[in-house]
Amino acid sequence: METLLAGLVGLLFAAAIYLMLSGVLVRFVFGFVLIGNAINLLIFAAGRMAHTRPPLIPDGQAALTSPAANALPQALILTAIVIGFAMITFLLVLLYRTYSQTGTLDADDDAFLEETGRVAEACAVDSDAEVGP
Amino acid sequence: MILLPALPILLPLAVAILLVFFRGDPRRAQAVAMAGAVGHLAVAVALMVEVVRHEVLVLWVGNWPAPFGICLAADMLSAVMVLITAVIHTAVTVYARRDIDAPQVRAGFYPILQVLAAGVCGAFLTGDLFNLYVWFEVMLMASFGLLVMGPKPGRLAGAVKYVALNLLATLFFITAIGLIYGMTGTLNMADLHAKAAAVENRALLTAAAMLLMTAFGIKAALFPVFFWLPAAYHTLSVPVSAFFAGMLTKVGVYALIRMFTLVFSGVDLALDVLLVIAALTMLFGVVGAASQMEMRRILGFHIISQVGYMVLGLALLTPLALAGAIVYLVHHIIVKANLYLVSGLVRQAGGSFSLKRVGGLYSSHGLLAIGFFIPAFSLAGFPPLSGFWAKLLIIRASIESGQYLLAVVAALVGLLTIFSMVKIWSEAFWKTAPDAVDPSCVHPDLSAWMLGPVLALALVTVALGIFMGPVIDFSMAAAERLLDPQAYIRAVLGGLP
Repeated sequence: METLLAGLVGLLFAAAIYLMLSGVLVRFVFGFVLIGNAINLLIFAAGRMAHTRPPLIPDGQAALTSPAANALPQALILTAIVIGFAMITFLLVLLYRTYSQTGTLDADDDAFLEETGRVAEACAVDSDAEVGP
Repeated sequence: MILLPALPILLPLAVAILLVFFRGDPRRAQAVAMAGAVGHLAVAVALMVEVVRHEVLVLWVGNWPAPFGICLAADMLSAVMVLITAVIHTAVTVYARRDIDAPQVRAGFYPILQVLAAGVCGAFLTGDLFNLYVWFEVMLMASFGLLVMGPKPGRLAGAVKYVALNLLATLFFITAIGLIYGMTGTLNMADLHAKAAAVENRALLTAAAMLLMTAFGIKAALFPVFFWLPAAYHTLSVPVSAFFAGMLTKVGVYALIRMFTLVFSGVDLALDVLLVIAALTMLFGVVGAASQMEMRRILGFHIISQVGYMVLGLALLTPLALAGAIVYLVHHIIVKANLYLVSGLVRQAGGSFSLKRVGGLYSSHGLLAIGFFIPAFSLAGFPPLSGFWAKLLIIRASIESGQYLLAVVAALVGLLTIFSMVKIWSEAFWKTAPDAVDPSCVHPDLSAWMLGPVLALALVTVALGIFMGPVIDFSMAAAERLLDPQAYIRAVLGGLP
């Protein structure tokens, strides 16, 4: 089981890195989703895997008696999944905004590249009037 | 006061929730944010005082004993970092009063800044690896919010680079966490100290250490993964860029210091790699700055080169070198945040961030000239300012470790830094003002709300230089405790076998 998972993690990592390096931002997001899942499986596999009972202490006992499932990796993965959701949501919004401004999602496109040392355009108007002294 | 280590995190979070209700009223929002920042500062000072008295303060969250639950542990390094975070947070909040316009307040500038401050303090205080990851993500989310909020929500290309690379860093980080947990069965840093040393599969442990080094290296903008920083930092609004420049890369440096002193005390390969990386980071940063003519881009490249000094101090791993790194952290955060604030004032007084378009500020704005001169020449390492002592410690530690080449590089980069600072001085302050500036951009009356924080931080820089003796003593003590973390481990594990 662990060998199978290790292979799966490796495969997901490879696919995710390929997508992330492609330079197209939509693919970057897909790569991010994949790599998030790969890492979650990695944490899961790290917490040893076996067909065991849930980690519940039976009635009248003070401690676990038999080998039981490891609850900590599941808690870690749950946290990582939630954070991953937030990140994916943010990435998609950023993609949308970037596309509506530059008209492209290819990071190598000219619309995307800034010439270095470009002078900042005219000053932003400071709205002191609204804030007051 | 058992809750004290949690307060620098809880207070800004509470104020952030409160500030959500004041989004439509910039003046009130600013007043509440200011009160929150001052409260943050008070709590940080109290924490510092307690840590000096008791050395290590530990809070076991939810009363779970370590290593089963999350603990917050404040030692000398954590306490001093939290204190500086609060100082910069306060300065930036005061400055924001006149610099952040109503649309940005409505978009939630103040609550997000408070959350960012809480996240940074959380990263400095936590004693648990996975919890550190969570705080990194809190910081990241908050910094994304501030990044896309800027005064001109254009130029998202820099934001995309920042987001992509920082997300990659956290992915590497959590991968390393998975590997470390698989090898040791624990994620508590104090517990890891002994358990990581006992791991039999050294190759896998080194791999995990390298993954962490890459993750924190991206955060700290080390060579060769620093390109996101100059691309993103000059698109931010001024107070945000000051907070980012001061604090965010330093969280990466802090995490590196914590990892390679407490968790991986026996991975020498990583330190050898760090030595080379530190030298290259110093050089590339300062050479990149030489070719720029936009004030905030110059400063951005200098963040990179200065981070190289701190990492050099860590990579040498002698008490003197680590103390140098800590002094450098303290000095650099204050100076760098200050210079970014100054750049905003130069834009106001001269009408542009570009050095080609401004000039003559020395004769028209004397206080601003002083406010720039002190941090700039502290950064370049002029005695008796704080930067001189920080550089001296690092160079002396290099020589004592027999790394003469690195000492030469550090000294050379110091000289090139002077060149950059003199460039800004002569272009913005010394030469006569060019007449190409659009007069509607120039606001010659600088607000006291904006000059105040600049001069206050300059004063802190001078004071640090004058009272360097106690600062170095404190840093030496902190460095010795980092290299021999037994007291920290005993405090965290609380007498567990």
